[in-house]
Amino acid sequence: MSGAPLGYLTSNGARADATVPLTWFLVLLSSAVCLIIAYMLWRAVRRGRAVEAGLPAVARGVGGVRLIFIGLGISSLFLLVALGWTMIALGHVAPMPRRPEITIDVTAHQWWWQADYGGAVPSERFTTANEIHVPVGAKVLVRLHGGDVIHSFWVPKLTGKTDAIPGQVNLTWLEADEPGIYRGQCSEYCGLQHAHMGFEVVAESPREFAKWRAAQLQTAPPPVTPEQAEGLALMEYRCALCHTVRGTSAGSNVGPDLTHLMSRRLIAAGTYPNNRANLAGWIEDPQGAKPGAQMPPQHLTGPQLQAVVAYLETLE
Amino acid sequence: MSAADLTAGREGPLADTDTRLSRTPRVAVADAALRDRLERIWRTEPGLKGWFGTVDHKEIGKRYLVTAFIMLAIGGIEALVLRLQLAGPNKHLLTPEQYNELFSTHGMTMIFLYAGPVLSGFSNYFFPLWLGARDMAFPRMNALSYWIYLAAALFLYAGPLVGAGPNDGWFNYVPYAEKAFNPGINEDIYALGMVFLGISTSVGAANFIVTAARCRAPGMSINRLPIMVWGTLTASAANLVVIPAVSLAFFLLWMDRNLGTSFFTVAGGGEPLLWQHLFWLFGHPWVYAIVLPAMGMVSDGLPTFSRTPLVGYTLVALSTVATMLLGFGVWVHHMFATGLPGLGLAFFSGASIIITIPSAVAVFAWLATIWLGKPVFTTAFKFFAGMILLFVIGGVSGFMTASVPADWQLTDTYFVVAHLHYVLIGINVFPVCGATYMWFPKMTGRLMDERLGWWNFWTMFLGFNLAFLPMHLTGLLGMPRRIYTYDAGMGFSALNMITTIGSFVFAVGVLMFFWNVIKSRRSGAIAGPDPWSGPSLEWTIPSPPPPYNFAVIPTVASRHPLWEDQLDETENRSSFEEGMTLDEGKEALAVSILDAEPDRILKMPSDTTAPFWLTVATAVLFAGLLGKLWWLAALGGIGAIASLAFWNEPRTKLLEREPDAHEERRNG
Repeated sequence: MSGAPLGYLTSNGARADATVPLTWFLVLLSSAVCLIIAYMLWRAVRRGRAVEAGLPAVARGVGGVRLIFIGLGISSLFLLVALGWTMIALGHVAPMPRRPEITIDVTAHQWWWQADYGGAVPSERFTTANEIHVPVGAKVLVRLHGGDVIHSFWVPKLTGKTDAIPGQVNLTWLEADEPGIYRGQCSEYCGLQHAHMGFEVVAESPREFAKWRAAQLQTAPPPVTPEQAEGLALMEYRCALCHTVRGTSAGSNVGPDLTHLMSRRLIAAGTYPNNRANLAGWIEDPQGAKPGAQMPPQHLTGPQLQAVVAYLETLE
Repeated sequence: MSAADLTAGREGPLADTDTRLSRTPRVAVADAALRDRLERIWRTEPGLKGWFGTVDHKEIGKRYLVTAFIMLAIGGIEALVLRLQLAGPNKHLLTPEQYNELFSTHGMTMIFLYAGPVLSGFSNYFFPLWLGARDMAFPRMNALSYWIYLAAALFLYAGPLVGAGPNDGWFNYVPYAEKAFNPGINEDIYALGMVFLGISTSVGAANFIVTAARCRAPGMSINRLPIMVWGTLTASAANLVVIPAVSLAFFLLWMDRNLGTSFFTVAGGGEPLLWQHLFWLFGHPWVYAIVLPAMGMVSDGLPTFSRTPLVGYTLVALSTVATMLLGFGVWVHHMFATGLPGLGLAFFSGASIIITIPSAVAVFAWLATIWLGKPVFTTAFKFFAGMILLFVIGGVSGFMTASVPADWQLTDTYFVVAHLHYVLIGINVFPVCGATYMWFPKMTGRLMDERLGWWNFWTMFLGFNLAFLPMHLTGLLGMPRRIYTYDAGMGFSALNMITTIGSFVFAVGVLMFFWNVIKSRRSGAIAGPDPWSGPSLEWTIPSPPPPYNFAVIPTVASRHPLWEDQLDETENRSSFEEGMTLDEGKEALAVSILDAEPDRILKMPSDTTAPFWLTVATAVLFAGLLGKLWWLAALGGIGAIASLAFWNEPRTKLLEREPDAHEERRNG
């Protein structure tokens, strides 16, 4: 299953762990039922093999109805087991953690994810996009908000689906057992780019998480080279209508917060690796890379594009 | 009169009953003169007037079937294009918009324009033949239901044709379907088209219920109905409950989009989840509406080819009704991930698991029937028997999604796509193919080619499983539904290629089916009235049936009128040669609901174009609403009222229904 980042027959987190054995049980039970019925069907067909068509109807033997009741009795037994197991598993995964170590507000947008890390005071709060960091072994409460249409938050290896619906806040939780990068995906059809609305959950040791958190709280560094300075000016002029870069005058929340853009592995909601070429390509023609994305093409000149990318690369 | 006259002194089910008929019908043996007279009374007029004005259920049934099969072909081609796009990772055959419109249109076509109507087609054609009746209870409403189905299909397909097909899935979730996110005309066409189509379904459902309740042969008491009738009856009852809910929902959506209301928009105080409740309150029972009649086909078809009565008739009939009743309590299992409270989830999870039990009754009854019978391996038998396996696979995967914690992973992945195709193709298309092989000779007088049938079944069966069995695994590996492309590193590339290949093999099988139908219609072997030695009433009359169906109204004495001699179930014998003639004009018989005692003589309506014009006027009304051309909508409305007046006007031609005999007795 290693080649399937969204596969849920294996798991790496407490919440998904409770579901995996139940899912396997259901898969095996269901497969067994299919095989048994197939065998019985085969036997029934072989048993009554008639040679000629147009045979007169026969009065059936006795005991047919008894067969139904025997079948029903056995089926019901397994159904009850499945029902009981379902309720037990539900008891494990459904209740929300009372004292979550971390609470993250995730807002689903067409087509990207916004993650707001809360804190007691404003200076402890920050916002990131499409990449959610959590400390290993911590119960994380996720509060889901619908930004526009209905989306669904899903990290198969860590937690099942919960919808993000406009006008209501849905809760879900996850807990990663071991460090790693876990793929997440929107799983409710949400329009043109539903296919490209991925994200990643990065589980790391509490120490690394604290380091990451501290880094995220920093504002963006000032530009060093003239090219970067030109890039910042262009960014503040062209990108600030939608994006935030803390420490600059760009402060809009229509699109993802770019303050620590270069700390993320992927861009365009988990679609492309975050490197210079992809970044430049994305800025120049988001519609080509992801048709229907809400970001308009920028029509920058070559040097302008170079400058903007040069500046963005400072946002670590 | 004495009821014994009816059966001319024989010991029959009518022997001791006090009939409520107001007139003593002539009881006679069907002879050439009677057949001639009935032919003159019942035949459809030739030419355009007959074509647009016919109310013959067989003509309407055939049109339903042909239209539904065309829809199956269109939906199938759409599916193949989708499968080409998904054959490998990062393909660019379709743009995202094209893909989304195509999968939405595919769902709409298969569910609303094929699966429901094709069963209505069979029921329209065969209800009176199974029941021993001359026509449906409301022949003109029957014509109306077809015309509206056709018009609504054209209306819905106007979208794709002008490049504005529905693009929000057949489930059409808000807020994406609201104007703010979906400004084109796409969703207006879908919303209005669904309200339009709902009229057809409601009218048809009412007709099936009354026909099954009242228009049966004397003696066909409720415990002698074919299971297919039970299936259609329960499905129709469910439709009457849920179609208004979904029509209302679609109309509210149209108002949100066009008149500025906010039933579903948060900004105006609306509630997006309301849509899902209204939709699935309809959507889930609808699943049973398109599988229960098909299960009925298997319950009636398997015994015919197993040469023995269905095991556990009463259990199967009751389980049909039980499935439907439970089906109303499980709609929330489509909404497990929407943040509903845990106790509610537990309840609906339990109900969804329990609903497996009545389905299991049917499966074990079918197995026992084959086990205790002497099967004849016709193509129809293969389709019915093959369906059992597909039904089980589709059933157990449904049972898996009923378990909430598992469903939170399974839902909206390809596992569910696999599940629903096993249900819809396995339980709807396979029985329909079997039913076509079984009843084609009755409809056309010719048998379908059995050798081609062998290839047809095995190509379809293997192709279908090759396409959809691996899809379960694709789903377990996490492939989400409704994505137009995927990356190579996700682990489902190879499985998707297999599915695409399988879907084309399956399509070849379906082509063989169509080819067999077309070829056999012209050159199939002559069938005769009863090619399968079937047990039920339709096999007593010529193939194809004359316009009046039964020359004399048959009298039924058991569940298997044609097998009584072989099975010796009863001392009484059904009667087909001798019975009420009812030839004083276009007449049919109504019976009491439970015991099927003769009750009324129905005066049946003659051909009329009123249903056609009513449909045209209604279509104009909906076109006006779509274009917000209020004058056009008003014109359509006035036209509809005028058509209804025209419908009710020629009283002398229609004649009133027979007055209630009891009432006359009381009054006089």
